[in-house]
Amino acid sequence: MQREQAAVSCRGITKSFIAGPTKVLALRGVDLEVRRGELLMLVGPSGCGKTTLISVVAGILDQDEGDCIVFQQDLQALGQGRKTRFRGQNVGFVFQAYNLLPTLTAAENVAVPLLILGASRAKALSGAKEMLLKVGLEDKIRSLPSQLSGGQQQRVAIARALVHEPRLIVCDEPTSALDHETGRRVMEVLRQTALSPDRALIIVTHDNRIFNFADRIARMDDGRITLVESQVASS
Amino acid sequence: MYAIALKMLIGDRGKYLGIIMGLTFASLLITQQSSIFTGLMTRTYGFISDTSQPDIWVMDPKVQFIDDVKSLQDMELFRVRGVEGVEWAVPLYKGLLKARLEDGNFQICNVVGLDDATLAGGPPVMLQGSLSDLRRQDAIIVNDVGAKTRLARRPKEPGARPIPLKVGDFLEINDHRAVVVGICQVTRTFQSQPVIYTTYTRATTFAPRERKLLSFILVKAKEGHNPKVLSERIAQKTGLAAYTAQEFKDLTYNFFMKNTGIPINFGIAVGLGFLIGTAIAGQTFYNFTLENLRYFGTLKAMGATNVILLRMILLQALMVGAIGYGLGVGGASLFGYAMGGTELAFRLTRELLYLSAGAIIIIIIFSAVISIYKVMRLEPAIVFKG
Repeated sequence: MQREQAAVSCRGITKSFIAGPTKVLALRGVDLEVRRGELLMLVGPSGCGKTTLISVVAGILDQDEGDCIVFQQDLQALGQGRKTRFRGQNVGFVFQAYNLLPTLTAAENVAVPLLILGASRAKALSGAKEMLLKVGLEDKIRSLPSQLSGGQQQRVAIARALVHEPRLIVCDEPTSALDHETGRRVMEVLRQTALSPDRALIIVTHDNRIFNFADRIARMDDGRITLVESQVASS
Repeated sequence: MYAIALKMLIGDRGKYLGIIMGLTFASLLITQQSSIFTGLMTRTYGFISDTSQPDIWVMDPKVQFIDDVKSLQDMELFRVRGVEGVEWAVPLYKGLLKARLEDGNFQICNVVGLDDATLAGGPPVMLQGSLSDLRRQDAIIVNDVGAKTRLARRPKEPGARPIPLKVGDFLEINDHRAVVVGICQVTRTFQSQPVIYTTYTRATTFAPRERKLLSFILVKAKEGHNPKVLSERIAQKTGLAAYTAQEFKDLTYNFFMKNTGIPINFGIAVGLGFLIGTAIAGQTFYNFTLENLRYFGTLKAMGATNVILLRMILLQALMVGAIGYGLGVGGASLFGYAMGGTELAFRLTRELLYLSAGAIIIIIIFSAVISIYKVMRLEPAIVFKG
């Protein structure tokens, strides 16, 4: 596949961190391709570099070497300001700890990406309510995160990641804080609402109970991708 | 995003109230202490303000402030009257004399002797009687605060309130009989002594015998003559010191500023208010930012630029600053209102409101800058750390 057609195309990505007197190589020349309309899972043991890799792909961390093209945009070529704007327009995030602002209602939390992009408050809240309807939380619009269960909070986070219609969604351990059944429901919502032909999802996880939701699984170990498996997603 | 910034701030009730309390405390202390200081300093030249008729005050060149009386010879009055541009010049006696109260106690009073003919330089407000009553035999006019407090008669029953001195009552000033013919209102004096007005001749009779008893010469400039130019001319022609009323106020004010511990004492209180306010508000605001760092990181990851985050933090700082300032100044004003009419000197001027606002602005800028520094340097990748 040509690099331009891929949603994400990374070649030779390396990234190291200085931890006290030692230099830790988190990524050791990673090649990764994510197709449009695909849900790719990055799996592997803790500390293998999964989170570092999605941070580079999402444009919130600069790699040391290699290039990473996201929807035809070479992120390394962008200055910090343009990269931030690119993220705002094109990337949606779902975090392990949800990261919902505790003093905002569900609707206000979901409206944040639209507000960042300059939408009026009324328009942003209207878009947020529509999105909450899609993830089945229309009755929780005015609830604060503390009034929601873990699964509901993660669905709010999914709505927030999708509300501005980004082309790339990156999820970091979205089900690790949830029980099996809730995790399954969250993944169903994610697949149903997030996947579209011009959008790609990357999910970092080591929760093997949700592997069957992936189109492909990339296995990582010690800063490298060791295996990419194709499979038919179950839903 | 601004509404979100405010909700983030207000939502954390503990920190929000902590920051506001710090700023309120700083604003209150700075405004209240500087108002007391201003009130006190205003009292130092209160007598000059009350004596509004003359344009120029003439005195011995060694006089450093209003209560530093170095008497002149009576003939100096005629020399001043001879200077071109002088409309009128009248003598004024000012001295501290002992008044014997009915119960035998003595009270030091500020006795002011006005020109017998014109009574120029009299009290600004008469509450009872009139200024011309001073022409009656042994007549004196007493200020209301003095009459109600230090010159008041002892109550006949223990625990009862003192009986204020009233028109018709007698006093003994330096072994001379004096009759109260009026009650006036004047600016409280720096040392809070009662103020007694009488005629110049009678005042010099009350005063212990001295070769020179003329304290000041009050001068009115002829129409078309600049008081400043005239004062310089008087000084040049007579060798005496001549000041416009404002210059004399400044001389008095500067003397107290340079030669007393008042500015240092109040400066320390104001400085402490500023430092403690800065410490409380700065620390709490910084803690608030630290606790919200994950969320600032989340916003940054989602595309919020540094400029957006900077504005959010500035708005948060501005909001707590405005509320803290308002509460502090309001509290200081209430304090001043409650203390009105008491011994406490309190004068809240527009300049002091600006001073307090300036101090609060510095505190919130300091608080915001350390938070902004932290957020600007924040790596958005923090959001993926568990």
